[in-house]
Amino acid sequence: MHEKKIRVLIAKPGLDGHDRGAKVIARALRDAGMEVIYTGLRQTPEMIASAALQEDVDVIGLSILSGAHNTLCPRLMQLLNANGMQDVTVLIGGIIPEGDIPALKQAGIAEVFLPGTSTQAIVDFIRQRVAAARQGV
Amino acid sequence: MGETKDRKTSSALSFESARKASASERAWEENTLRPALLKSPERAGNFTTVSGYPIRRLYTQADLADWDVGRDLGVPGSPPYTRGIHTTMYRRRLWTMRQFAGYGSAEDTNRRFRYLLSQGQTGLSVAFDLPTLMGYDSDHMLSEGEVGKCGVAISSLADMETLFEGIPLADVTTSMTINSPAAAIWAMYLAVAEKQGASWERISGTLQNDILKEYIAQKEYIFPPAPSIDLVTDTIEFASKHTPKFNPVSISGYHIREAGSTAIQELAFTLRDGIEYVESCLVRGMQVDQFAPRLSFFFNAHNDFFEEIAKYRAARRLWCRVMRERFGATSPRSWALRFHAQTAGCSLTAQQPYNNVVRTAMQALAAVLGGTQSLHTNSLDEAWALPTEAAATIALRTQQILAYESGVANTVDPLGGSYFVEALTNEVEQGARDYIARIDALGGMVAAIERGFPQREIADAAYRYQTALDRKEKIVVGVNDYSTSEKPIETLQINETVADRQAKRLRKLRAERSQEEVQRRLHALRKAIQLHENTMPSLLEAVKAYATLGEICDTLREVLGTYEESAVT
Repeated sequence: MHEKKIRVLIAKPGLDGHDRGAKVIARALRDAGMEVIYTGLRQTPEMIASAALQEDVDVIGLSILSGAHNTLCPRLMQLLNANGMQDVTVLIGGIIPEGDIPALKQAGIAEVFLPGTSTQAIVDFIRQRVAAARQGV
Repeated sequence: MGETKDRKTSSALSFESARKASASERAWEENTLRPALLKSPERAGNFTTVSGYPIRRLYTQADLADWDVGRDLGVPGSPPYTRGIHTTMYRRRLWTMRQFAGYGSAEDTNRRFRYLLSQGQTGLSVAFDLPTLMGYDSDHMLSEGEVGKCGVAISSLADMETLFEGIPLADVTTSMTINSPAAAIWAMYLAVAEKQGASWERISGTLQNDILKEYIAQKEYIFPPAPSIDLVTDTIEFASKHTPKFNPVSISGYHIREAGSTAIQELAFTLRDGIEYVESCLVRGMQVDQFAPRLSFFFNAHNDFFEEIAKYRAARRLWCRVMRERFGATSPRSWALRFHAQTAGCSLTAQQPYNNVVRTAMQALAAVLGGTQSLHTNSLDEAWALPTEAAATIALRTQQILAYESGVANTVDPLGGSYFVEALTNEVEQGARDYIARIDALGGMVAAIERGFPQREIADAAYRYQTALDRKEKIVVGVNDYSTSEKPIETLQINETVADRQAKRLRKLRAERSQEEVQRRLHALRKAIQLHENTMPSLLEAVKAYATLGEICDTLREVLGTYEESAVT
């Protein structure tokens, strides 16, 4: 049975232009056999939600190092919910103070990956989550 | 990726094959080294720099066969400046301790500036928030959540006045990390200086204002390349006439390195950006010696100690040669590469953050042994947030300990003459030359950027590095080895009250200024661009009427257009 490839949207929300991590992750996920769409820089939550819907992705990976995560991420989660995309796994990578993580998870973020995370850890997490989501778990 | 890797090692290999060991060295290799290796093999893994550059077991006379002491080493303060740009370097004056700082409102940052000055820092360096960097007022829709988070929020001359309250610009030098809106921000600084009664002839500092590296690495571009370079040229021209002690550009490699480049790429792309600006000024009609003395540079100070030292020495020697041979500059002040260095933010870890104090100290030492004119040392909480006061203090103390306790400032270029350091300096210079030649062949840096060349080189290098970490071919202590479970550290919090206060201030500012006058001056700015006049005078007029940064940049966006990259992953 040919398993449908995992589709991932890598997005840079807000004004932050630091894209090293986003690009490295995009390439690593491609090398791991996933289909990856990179949005490029300076995406509003509206643009990201729209791209995720159009591209019919399983996962959204947000890269955010600017400290604007507490504003941008909840806004994105609201838009995804409003568009019936609750089954999309949303991940964050970047500079996020520990203290902010619980609230982000409350808002529906599946996981926050801090600096130093290996690409394999991210690949494994995505595979597990998407497999579970596809089984309706 | 294969091609790039081969090119990376090909310069090393060419040095290897050119190497002619003496008879006694060959005998040593045969009779002593070989048996020693058989008895005790070297540790597993490759011996490469953090950039992936291969390092030999031992450097000897044989590595300097083509090296000429007079031509390649020289003396400090004389071409080719390998040993330093001043005759007596730190014996005359220590490097400037210039800590990058900024967060929240202008008042918050003014307080941090005064604190750092009181603790012995010897120059100011301003970090602006993302809305400011991208030419948006604090109350713009796209500024939401971003105000004051990465740096200080500056939306008008009023904010700039507050930023420098109680700080005499005639006596304190200031560096400003601003790029796309640099000319407007500089206009605000000049206006503050004027208000303070500080003469433009006397004020000193640096404007980063290096737009080429934005397209390559930092990505804080607004307008397209050609008009952006015109703006940079405007500031260089204006500075050459009005602010003789101010550096209108800080041609930067720091950000290129942070984006993941190798040391050789950092050096090559930086100097090639410099070449592009020199060419632009010459096309404008300036004479090279009129403006070249005030071009300044900004390099990263990364983990590999000797690679960094070699890089700085190669930078000076190569730039001197470029200025003399390529551009025919005749003033020694045009030949001498002056630089600021910042320790590598990307090398610092979220895990076991106190280890970062050690990393920063080593990196700072490399910058000092490399002869930097000015230095910023990062704080231990770099991977978590903007620095707390305590963390910023340790970072400053690191420089002071180096300066006063380590002894390294007692002599000029202590590592000069080392087989290893001189060989590596040669190799880094050659590697940079190779890249510069490739970019020349592509038609220059703008052409290279349009083809995605430097961006791809950087992305490939970043991916190679991550792969090495994932495979544990490179170890980062506390991250992929030697980890522990940890408690979080206290970090600086910036909340949305900054944004609220800024919004109130902007409402008041817009209500109290003459709206007509602002419109008149923005119109004059538009006209100046259309008539190909230098924009600085009309920017000065606009800021003094309290046109906001956003209004000025919107005018520029209208006339110059905006830029969107096609991302290279």
